[in-house]
Amino acid sequence: MGYFLFRRTAGFVLTLIAVSVVVFAVMNVLPGDPALTILGMDATEDALAALREQLGLNEPLLVRYASWVWNALHGDFGISHSFRVPVATLIGERLPMTVSLAVAGMVLTLVIALSLGIGAAARHGKIGDWGVMFLSQLGIAVPAFWLSILLVMLFAVKLRWLPPGGFSGWSDPVAAMRSLVLPTVALALVQSAVLARVTRSSALEVMRQDFVRTARASGLSRRRVLWRHVLPNALVPIVTIVGMQFAALVTGTIVIENVFYLPGLGRLIFQSIANRDLPTVQALVMLFAAIVVTANFIVDLLYVVIDPRLKARA
Amino acid sequence: MTRRLPANFIIGAVLVTLVVGVAALSVVWTPHDPTALNIRDKFADPSSTHWLGTDQLGRDVVSQLMAAARNSMTVALVAVLLGGSIGVALGLFASAVGGWVEDGVMRLADLGFAFPALLFAIMLAAVFGPSLSNAVLAIAFINIPVFARVTRGSANQVWTLDYVAASRAAGMNKFVISRDHILPNIAAAIIVQATIEFAVAILAEAALSYLGLGAQPPASSWGRMLSEAQTLMYLAPHLAIYPGLCIITAVLGFGLLGDGLRDITDPRLSRQR
Repeated sequence: MGYFLFRRTAGFVLTLIAVSVVVFAVMNVLPGDPALTILGMDATEDALAALREQLGLNEPLLVRYASWVWNALHGDFGISHSFRVPVATLIGERLPMTVSLAVAGMVLTLVIALSLGIGAAARHGKIGDWGVMFLSQLGIAVPAFWLSILLVMLFAVKLRWLPPGGFSGWSDPVAAMRSLVLPTVALALVQSAVLARVTRSSALEVMRQDFVRTARASGLSRRRVLWRHVLPNALVPIVTIVGMQFAALVTGTIVIENVFYLPGLGRLIFQSIANRDLPTVQALVMLFAAIVVTANFIVDLLYVVIDPRLKARA
Repeated sequence: MTRRLPANFIIGAVLVTLVVGVAALSVVWTPHDPTALNIRDKFADPSSTHWLGTDQLGRDVVSQLMAAARNSMTVALVAVLLGGSIGVALGLFASAVGGWVEDGVMRLADLGFAFPALLFAIMLAAVFGPSLSNAVLAIAFINIPVFARVTRGSANQVWTLDYVAASRAAGMNKFVISRDHILPNIAAAIIVQATIEFAVAILAEAALSYLGLGAQPPASSWGRMLSEAQTLMYLAPHLAIYPGLCIITAVLGFGLLGDGLRDITDPRLSRQR
């Protein structure tokens, strides 16, 4: 176990370092003068020189990279040019929004996908199974932002049950929850399409095995066999897809926040692009990529918890 | 012996033919100029002149949808070809050389998975400003690791076959074997993957254009039409319907076609389902 943990952790750290190199390289090595980008064409030569000095652009690349990483590890992502506050402060303000959306979306995704997937497997070849397969095929093809627009048109514009977008803060928890309903549903419906398919096929595979027949023959109810025996044994492919979907979920929150005008990190990243706020974009891209890498690392560790046999092979 | 073609292949092929056909037709003919403004005719109802009506600037919706189909297909084609050929080359190389080089290339490919297309497009847009070519680059980039993995996985299986061992024994160069024997044998797997990635690319282009990181005005794009329609939801809700249906048709078509091709080329997989 110790060796396995060490190998995986070392791989995780190396990947993070590589990701930081890619982000830094794309944002800094590619041609272009960040000072000119920020100040615009009509900036004076003095102002450009001063800003270059302030940004540390006159230092060698390696020094700049090292100090970026060093400062980031200490929670310092530089100063945002457009908001004129530390990027870390901006992230701190917007993070709760994005995390709430992502967590709520993931939970709802799991609920929908696992029930539909297991339900479809239990009705293999019957109409319910076909219905789930059809819906998930459709769900894979539906863009999340279009589904969001449709949901808004139905539930906000026509029925007026829920707000069409925006977020007024957690001081009014009911209003806050209401603003999060449509974004969460939009995120989860699209995400659960793939997961429901994988759950179904993985459950079908397990249901063919002898121990399931034995469990049924020993008098356990169908329900109990499905949820207590089939699902745990079907988890490895499911967890793999959940881990891979984390990238999609991260992308999804960025898109959804922009559809619903939610003040999270995804919206911040677009405001920063519009404002040519490179330090903020760089910090946020790194943060999102780090989240994806961390999720994959956790999935790797989860395999061993779910299926201890994998440890021997790892 | 004739085997029945799988249903997903037939439905996929029909949808793909439809979308590609419309895209091809738009090169030579659209009912109106998709970018021609006609403010007096704005928000026109569907009629014999404007089959699906006009938008807030009086542009013909059908013509825009057709031009957008062409743009979407072009983006997907270029991105998948570009990312795919780099990925396939990397995969073949890794598989041929083996050892630590193979490990290194595959670790590098894994790195690509840390960047969803959107994140990469965001970086490019921040540095160079948003444009369709940056969107193409971002989508191509995420295709590299996908194809590298599929190619290397399939190629490793072919390398174990007897006739490959025979060519090696006959003194053939590893890269010549890769080109002459490995590649033709794994072409089916690559084509299946390319078809599926085509669907992914269409979806990615739509999302990037919706967010303003892809097609810039006045170029027509389903994603951009939707972002404009979103601001007009109260005035003209129907404008938000058609582009979405087009995206679904295209994505579903290529997705089903890819699944169908896989069922045909690898019957083992289809029986398991």
